Amino acid sequence: MSETTVTPEQPITVEEREVKPGFVGTNVPRKEDERLVQGQGVFTDDVRRHGMGYVHFVRSPYAHARIVGIDVSKALELEGVYGTLTGDEVAIQTDPFFELSTPPGSEIKDYALAVGKARWMGEPVAAVVAATRELARDAAELVEVEYEPLPVLVDAERAQETDAPVLHEEAGSNVVWSGEFDWGDFDAALAEADRVIRIERLHFHRFSSTPLECSGCLVEYERATGQWTIFGNHQMPGVGAIWMAPALRVGLDKLRFVSHDIGGAFGNKITLHPYFVACCLLARKLRRPVQWTEWRTDQHMANTHGNERTFLDVEVPVRSDGTMLGFKVSAIDDCGAFPRYEPLGCIIWAQVTPGCYRWRNVRVDFTQVCTNKSPVAPNRGYSRMQHLWLTERLVDIVAHELELDPVEVRKRNYVRSDEMPYETPNGCVYDSGDYALCLDKALELIDYGSIAQRREEASARGKLLGVGIGSTLDSGTNNFGQSMIVNPELQFSGNNEVATVKLDIFGEIVVTLGTVPQGQGHETTASQVVADILGCTPDDVHVRPGHDSYWNSHAGFSGTYASQFAVTGIGAVKGATERLAGEMRQLAAAVLGCSPDDVELAEGQARMRENPEAALPFMALGAIINANNAGLPPDLDVTLNCRYVYRPPFEKPDVERKYGNLTLTYASQVHACVVEIDRETGVYEIVDYGAVDDCGNRIHPQIVEGQVHGATAHALGAATHEQFPYDEDGTLLTANFYDYHVPHALDMPPLKTDYVETPSPFTNYGAKGMGEGGGAGIHALCAAIQDALRPLGGPIVTESCNPPNHVWELIRDPEATRAGVTVESR
Amino acid sequence: MEAVRSKTVSVEVNGELYEREVDARRLLVHFIRDDLELTGTHVGCDTGNCGACTVLYDGQAVKSCMLLAVQADGTKIETVEGLAQDGQLHPLQQAFSDHHALQCGYCTPGMLLSAKHLLDNNHEPTETEIRRAIQGNICRCTGYVNIVEAIAAVARGEVS
Repeated sequence: MSETTVTPEQPITVEEREVKPGFVGTNVPRKEDERLVQGQGVFTDDVRRHGMGYVHFVRSPYAHARIVGIDVSKALELEGVYGTLTGDEVAIQTDPFFELSTPPGSEIKDYALAVGKARWMGEPVAAVVAATRELARDAAELVEVEYEPLPVLVDAERAQETDAPVLHEEAGSNVVWSGEFDWGDFDAALAEADRVIRIERLHFHRFSSTPLECSGCLVEYERATGQWTIFGNHQMPGVGAIWMAPALRVGLDKLRFVSHDIGGAFGNKITLHPYFVACCLLARKLRRPVQWTEWRTDQHMANTHGNERTFLDVEVPVRSDGTMLGFKVSAIDDCGAFPRYEPLGCIIWAQVTPGCYRWRNVRVDFTQVCTNKSPVAPNRGYSRMQHLWLTERLVDIVAHELELDPVEVRKRNYVRSDEMPYETPNGCVYDSGDYALCLDKALELIDYGSIAQRREEASARGKLLGVGIGSTLDSGTNNFGQSMIVNPELQFSGNNEVATVKLDIFGEIVVTLGTVPQGQGHETTASQVVADILGCTPDDVHVRPGHDSYWNSHAGFSGTYASQFAVTGIGAVKGATERLAGEMRQLAAAVLGCSPDDVELAEGQARMRENPEAALPFMALGAIINANNAGLPPDLDVTLNCRYVYRPPFEKPDVERKYGNLTLTYASQVHACVVEIDRETGVYEIVDYGAVDDCGNRIHPQIVEGQVHGATAHALGAATHEQFPYDEDGTLLTANFYDYHVPHALDMPPLKTDYVETPSPFTNYGAKGMGEGGGAGIHALCAAIQDALRPLGGPIVTESCNPPNHVWELIRDPEATRAGVTVESR
Repeated sequence: MEAVRSKTVSVEVNGELYEREVDARRLLVHFIRDDLELTGTHVGCDTGNCGACTVLYDGQAVKSCMLLAVQADGTKIETVEGLAQDGQLHPLQQAFSDHHALQCGYCTPGMLLSAKHLLDNNHEPTETEIRRAIQGNICRCTGYVNIVEAIAAVARGEVS
């Protein structure tokens, strides 16, 4: 196998190149669909093994309790029960998962099962394995756990008070991480301002994108080699293995991660390592394959939620004309009971520090704390969504208070297209974009010119009509060096992805990806790229479904997350295919007796440009190198099996200044939302909605649009209903789809979409990763509600989730939110 | 009298007759998936909300997690595996692909069966009727836009 790893000396630039017809940029039929529409997809729970046992976790009914004792004897007496696992065994057989934080967060001890204490309601404290799902559940009820309940902390703003319960005694504090970010000169901006708008509190709520397929795995242990095969739906197995292997005290190669089809993930399947480790221990202990599929209620209670964030003491210095000079804020991020992927969220927001705006002076005091709630994970739009909701709220609150037009304020403050690439105050480089154009297109979609008239018509029907804009960024392709800003000791930086492309004996073109797709159509888009380079069709290209870390197309950051496939995944596929194309030309040249430069690949053949009759079909090339190679020149270094590691061009950030380029691409989205609110009840309807997406050049426009639809639905669900509230005892109030209302077909407003293509100068094909820009929907709806309620005393929308009862509260008592906003005139 | 813990059920699934001894408490969806190994029918929740387990049960769209397997004794069931005939995709399956009405594909089998039930009983549904017909099926990927379009296209006879 030949391999190359190329790091460009300069960022890759899109060359002026000959325009030729190709498959990239077109809507070829999705390769995945044929199996999926016939129910032939292979999801985790579909996989069976002889003699396997079903795992059921015993979960804590208390949000915070000391575990006095666990007695599994009655469970073990039940016929058909294969065995159990408790926290005590876990503590002996594994090491705690490594923590990413500096002290105090680094002192936290996180295991596969609760050890000594349960810290959220639903935390697994033991596991039972039995012959059937039903029996495992029965047996779990027979496990007797004695708890000593402890005081509960559910309010992140109380986490640092001296009398607050402490979750992790070893850390000595509920704080995971805290730090100051100070870019530009905020004090000078304050001095320069004509007005200063102050906002006491804004709150971004806790929710999750709740993939329809719950988490799960089937684990087999091979005693001869000490190797575990984990067929599961982990979406980031590269990092999963980095967590799991040291905890299990084995090398990385002892963990083989396999997935085929995954029923949605949205970041919620990034931190499955505690469950997977428990299953690994059970498979080894019981000497049989074990299968775990999470129940929906388990997922809501105990898998992962998105980060909840509270913004306090916000100050925004503004000039009279609406030019915004910066902002200052104290942010408290609630990561639940364990940090797991955190505290990366404490820096990831900084990828989009100024949002879409030109303000240069930003001061953020950021603190992340633990509470007795389910741990968080990088939910779609991770950390940037919370921050961008803040920046959009600031724009709309400033416009509201200064009686300025939110459209004009945006256009005045947007980074302009002629400023691209634009360096933000903290050193990130916005690669391309035209936010004002996106806004114009969004306004066109909702027929903005007719709004005044529609407002009057709605008013005549007793409704309040409001318009809101949400502009947002979907930063993609992480520089993992940003982790060094939260912890300089961490040894992560850059990024990578791997693909292999080979030509086999019968001429089959076979591609393997390091990415772990969950519905994004990677098989299809990869085949478009391969087909264009090799001069064949996507139908000629077989992209293996799913992921297998034993395919050798796997690296430390492999996975599908953070809007990066179009850059990293495609970059790897392109690199491997170009290498294969070069080898195919070399081989053909050796056989045909010409120079590789004389050979072109077209129509499934390698042929001489000047004499197309002299041609070798791909099948002949594959057969020669693999099965009929006698007589080839000894120095012909060709394998027709090529691997490529794509590495984006990143530097390590300046840790002291918290400064550097944290992501490679910045897709942008502007959404416009029109609501009508019933002034008596607060019930509202989204009556018009436009979404404009710019992710650079689109490799498969239909897939891109599908992502826009889906991300918008997530945002509107989150903005209207989806929330994970806890009562004072730490009980989750929305533990299933009855109480946690996700959008159904009748809930969705008619969506109108449009696009802009500003090619990225830093990537292959000028494409940008995308799929996480839906947060714009939350921003837009908040703005629309605030706009609609202006005639009723001008309440300020301070919450990211606004179900009708909350809107009614705003109508009933507008002063309650108005009191938290002041304007100082200079 | 000792409680009955299991029962023999006889069910016709996708035209094939199956006779199995099942636990009295076994859910129909687990019978279909685990006993008959027809894993195209999915489980997305444990409360009957998501519709990933939708099958046709004597012609009615039902959530198979809301029935016990023993209740299905003597019935005819159609699952996603029965939609394609002679290697030819059902028009709904083709339309879902043409219109990009699926991403991860997890909700798709249930969605297809709900859509088939609609079109079996209403040849010219309005958009609202389509949305009502699939309101018991949750999709977390598509925002339903292309699903509604795909079903409408089949109703109009526009399938490649």
